[in-house]
Amino acid sequence: MVNLTIDHKQVSVPEGTTIMDAAKQIGIPIPKLCFLKDINEIGACRVCVVELVGKRRLIVACNNVVEEGMEILTNSPKVRESRRKTVEFLLSQHDFRCATCVRSQNCTLQEIANNLGILDIPYKQEFHKKPWSQDFPLIRDSSKCIKCMRCVQICDKVQSLNIWDVANTGSRTDVDVSLNRKIEDADCALCGQCITHCPVGALRERDDTDKAFAAFADPDKVTVVQIAPAVRAAWGESLGLERDEATIEKLVTAVRKMGADYVFDTVFSADLTIMEEGTEFLQRLQNGELDRYPMFTSCCPGWIRFIKSQYPELVPQLSTAKSPQQMFGATTKTYFAQKLGIDPEKIFCISIMPCTAKKGESNMELYHEEFAGKDVDLVLTTREIDRMIKRDYIDAKHLEEGVFDNPMKEGTGAGVIFGATGGVMEAALRSAYYLVTGENPDADAFRDVRGLDGWKEATFNIAGNEINVAVVHGLGNTRKLIKAIKKGKVHYQFVEVMACPGGCVGGGGQPIHEGEELAGVRGENLYFLDREKYDLRFSHENQDVLKAYEEYFGEPNAHKAHMLLHTDHDAWEMPQAPVRR
Amino acid sequence: MSRLTIQTPDRAQLVVEGLYKDVENRIAASPPGLCPIDMSLSFLRLCHAQTCGKCVPCRVGLGQLASLVEDVLEGRAELSHIELIEETAKAIMSAADCAIGYEAANMVLKGVTGFREDYVEHITNGRCIASVNLPVPCVSLCPAKVDIPGYIALVKEGRYADAIRLIRKDNPFPTTCAHICEHPCEARCRRNMKDTSINIRGLKKMAADHAGVVPAPKCAESTGKQVAIIGGGPGGLSAAYYLQLMGHQVTVYEMQPRLGGMLMYGIPNYRLPKDRLQEDIDAILSTGVKVVHGKRIGTDLAIEDLQKQYDAVLVTIGANTDKKLGIEGEDAEGVISAVQMLRNVGYGVPMDYAGKKVCVIGGGNVAMDAVRTSIRLGAEKTSIVYRRRQADMTALPAEIEGAIAEGAELLGLKAPLRIETDENNKVTGLWVQPQMISKISRGRASVKATTEPEVRLDADIIIVAIGQNIESEPFAKFGLPVERGVIKADSTTAFKGMPGVFAGGDCATGPSTVIRAIAAGKVSAANIDEYLGFNHKISCDVEIPPANLDDRPPCGRVELPEREASERKCDFEGVEGCMTCEEAVQEASKCLRCDHFGYGIFKGGRETIW
Repeated sequence: MVNLTIDHKQVSVPEGTTIMDAAKQIGIPIPKLCFLKDINEIGACRVCVVELVGKRRLIVACNNVVEEGMEILTNSPKVRESRRKTVEFLLSQHDFRCATCVRSQNCTLQEIANNLGILDIPYKQEFHKKPWSQDFPLIRDSSKCIKCMRCVQICDKVQSLNIWDVANTGSRTDVDVSLNRKIEDADCALCGQCITHCPVGALRERDDTDKAFAAFADPDKVTVVQIAPAVRAAWGESLGLERDEATIEKLVTAVRKMGADYVFDTVFSADLTIMEEGTEFLQRLQNGELDRYPMFTSCCPGWIRFIKSQYPELVPQLSTAKSPQQMFGATTKTYFAQKLGIDPEKIFCISIMPCTAKKGESNMELYHEEFAGKDVDLVLTTREIDRMIKRDYIDAKHLEEGVFDNPMKEGTGAGVIFGATGGVMEAALRSAYYLVTGENPDADAFRDVRGLDGWKEATFNIAGNEINVAVVHGLGNTRKLIKAIKKGKVHYQFVEVMACPGGCVGGGGQPIHEGEELAGVRGENLYFLDREKYDLRFSHENQDVLKAYEEYFGEPNAHKAHMLLHTDHDAWEMPQAPVRR
Repeated sequence: MSRLTIQTPDRAQLVVEGLYKDVENRIAASPPGLCPIDMSLSFLRLCHAQTCGKCVPCRVGLGQLASLVEDVLEGRAELSHIELIEETAKAIMSAADCAIGYEAANMVLKGVTGFREDYVEHITNGRCIASVNLPVPCVSLCPAKVDIPGYIALVKEGRYADAIRLIRKDNPFPTTCAHICEHPCEARCRRNMKDTSINIRGLKKMAADHAGVVPAPKCAESTGKQVAIIGGGPGGLSAAYYLQLMGHQVTVYEMQPRLGGMLMYGIPNYRLPKDRLQEDIDAILSTGVKVVHGKRIGTDLAIEDLQKQYDAVLVTIGANTDKKLGIEGEDAEGVISAVQMLRNVGYGVPMDYAGKKVCVIGGGNVAMDAVRTSIRLGAEKTSIVYRRRQADMTALPAEIEGAIAEGAELLGLKAPLRIETDENNKVTGLWVQPQMISKISRGRASVKATTEPEVRLDADIIIVAIGQNIESEPFAKFGLPVERGVIKADSTTAFKGMPGVFAGGDCATGPSTVIRAIAAGKVSAANIDEYLGFNHKISCDVEIPPANLDDRPPCGRVELPEREASERKCDFEGVEGCMTCEEAVQEASKCLRCDHFGYGIFKGGRETIW
């Protein structure tokens, strides 16, 4: 143990503890801005400076470790002055017209500047807004970037895609797309992790809320909204709701208030996905297609972008099933349109997703009979729907519980857990077991694939067949897994990949909380719902799904199902991974 | 009334003089990878501040030029801007009255031609090609990328064996380099911004002298692959070491009876004691390297056979034949190449220069080795004959100073004309033509003959140290690309269309430094491993102490002590001593830890594995 004093208070901490952590242990918070635990401990912002008594220069608390006998002051006159000046410097190059910023009231810089009581800045304001494609789902505003480097680090260290890099040097140092590329030409997975880890409003999703309101207001459009499983675990967070208060049913009411004609739960199409993907898996397994490489899940568009750009040779191993979002759109514009007896052209599909990559995925085309368009017309992130609730001054606290519409109403616990890492695998195995044996397993039989370990593996015995599966989340973990698979070091038949750490609950479209990773608790919430709220916990028991097959799609993987619910992953181009030295 | 006053600088001037010095040091410590246009603009602004203001092109033109360059940086320029900048700079160059103006414009012009693509990138994409990707100056300048801040921190804590382990991750010759590395790492040490660079080699010597025998790490499981390495110098042995660690079986083919190449047979014992060199070699051999001595490629061994017998072949034959002067009398008795002379000493051939007058021709480190060896062999008089001036010599300043201290005379601006011999074809003298220093081209001052008469220098022995050649002929015949004697391997040490054959070190670059050869060995080991279908990683589990948080006030640099010249010149024992513990701690504490402070903690600060 190392003994030191912080603000004259004795503290004893293990060797290697940072000054910041030592201070935290005795209830002394040291303000910080660029710091991101284990990811970005580079002391770039200099906000966490402290005084080491006896030394001339201040040191940062985030990445310097304690030494025996240290005397640290966190609020000496020198520290106060320096910290404030540093924040003033940052503000001098940061467009702080906070009133029009998407991160206002959820901005680390704003909070620190307020806390430090900065009322005026003695320096010249200079910020540069560089051109950026406003159509791309990921938008960067250089005039707000404070060069904390978190985006660079999260993309390098967690997602292994190295999309961001420091550009230019000297006073013109900036963050930009690496290798002097434009974002449209980069192999960005659109996972949005850079957005959720940006402390300010420099990174955000493309805002589609105006388009959504316009659609709701258009009398000629039938607006059909679907809400993804992971949204229910997070939508209330930025509206001041407790986790148990923020039910999905209240969100249904909110969306109806905005003017949606129909509101559905993507859990329905998650169940539908299981029928398609589970059937496909068993077929491919029997055909010997999975002897060398596994079948990969295809629900996560960030992952699809990743595999297409990094390992295009493995694309044939992807399940051809569309994601639940796209399946829902396709179902709406065919089966549902037929039921309503309306032209699918009139239907405007909006999905509420925890995800930024879904905005990219929705570009996928749908052709069916006379119809040529898209499965999904507009994608809103959880953050966007929250902003829309605020914009309409809907009192989230006092919303009534609403109900989803028919005929795609039913959902199962298996569909709900799609939003957490391991959930798709577990749901698929629950149904695969049934498809093979004709009877249901214990619903929790495949629980080994749950949890936040980056790379999980399990072997299950289904009717005498050993099935090796793996579940990864986070693209860095994914890359490790694929390398091992390619080298023949590991062998699986079925692999679930989710691009975001923790799965969709940790998605790049979810509410942002400085310094907190909430994928764990949100995921718990989904497993709780699976266990406690749903009578049905097997996708193949979803009566509405079965009815849709009976009335419209035929059998899983049958011709019509295949045409509408599956996709050709080669139908669109993805920028390839650059050759790096 | 007094008519004249004695001029004394005022206080402001004194401070500015100090600042000039600071700027000089700062520029010396410039990290690589900065935007060259931003730098140009900053230089231009400095130049403009120097303008006296009398003449238009300089007073106004430089300002306009600066604003044009700034437009480029600020994204306000079009491609035609580049031409305007060029025209403006040329106009100022032609019209400015004094160097303050025309040299300033010339700097900009050099940039426009030298890094035009940067200009284009800035204009078309608003971005720079440059990026600071090697933020730790010492590591980025070390060809082998040794973790210098890491081992300095270990030396500070007295963990010498750990320091050696850490160095060996990238360089299996820690003791050798502690003695004779040219330490490119010190050139841009950020400490220059404060005082002077850390004595990095000195701290390495501290580790090497105090670590004792440090066992090599364990080798990976055997891969069953066999690699032949032709030449057991620093490059070949470095590759051998890493390949063994990766689990491959290496056989080194060495012509000479002992390993080490130029380290054993070129560098004199007083600079690199052979027993110390042997420490490194022993550690390398302890990994299981097989060695075959006395076989010469082309005569005793065919490359084709090695290629058949082994899974990969690495050529690291070095550059060890001598270059000829091509003057009359060069075949006389008493004329010897420095390479041969030093090798003879290495073999233990008895040589006695007592009473002899020795002329050494050349200005590189090998010339200094030859001259200082001659002194130790008892020469009565030794002269270094060089075409240019002392300042133009390529030898390390310390080597030149060492030679002078030991009594060598330095005769600059003397070009050898012919060697005078007696009737027995024995050397009696060297005729030289006095030279004058002349124009600078490509950064180096040239010389031209003066009209003064030829000069005769009395000489019994003439040692030619004007460079080395490579015995590349058998390799050219084998089919490797050879240009001017140099085996042209690519930057991965491989050859196009010649899978499994690699080459590195002096034979692939021309004569260079030991650390470059070691780096080539490291690079080829990695690429041979890859070629053999593996991806073995070399790493080191030594934990590096956290950066100390002390203030780092300006402080003098600790130099290594040397034995007194009059004493040391009488024997071949090592010249250099070591720091004391106290000195080492002080010197190591000065390290600014660029791996922790600054960009290094973000990116490129430490590569723990390769």
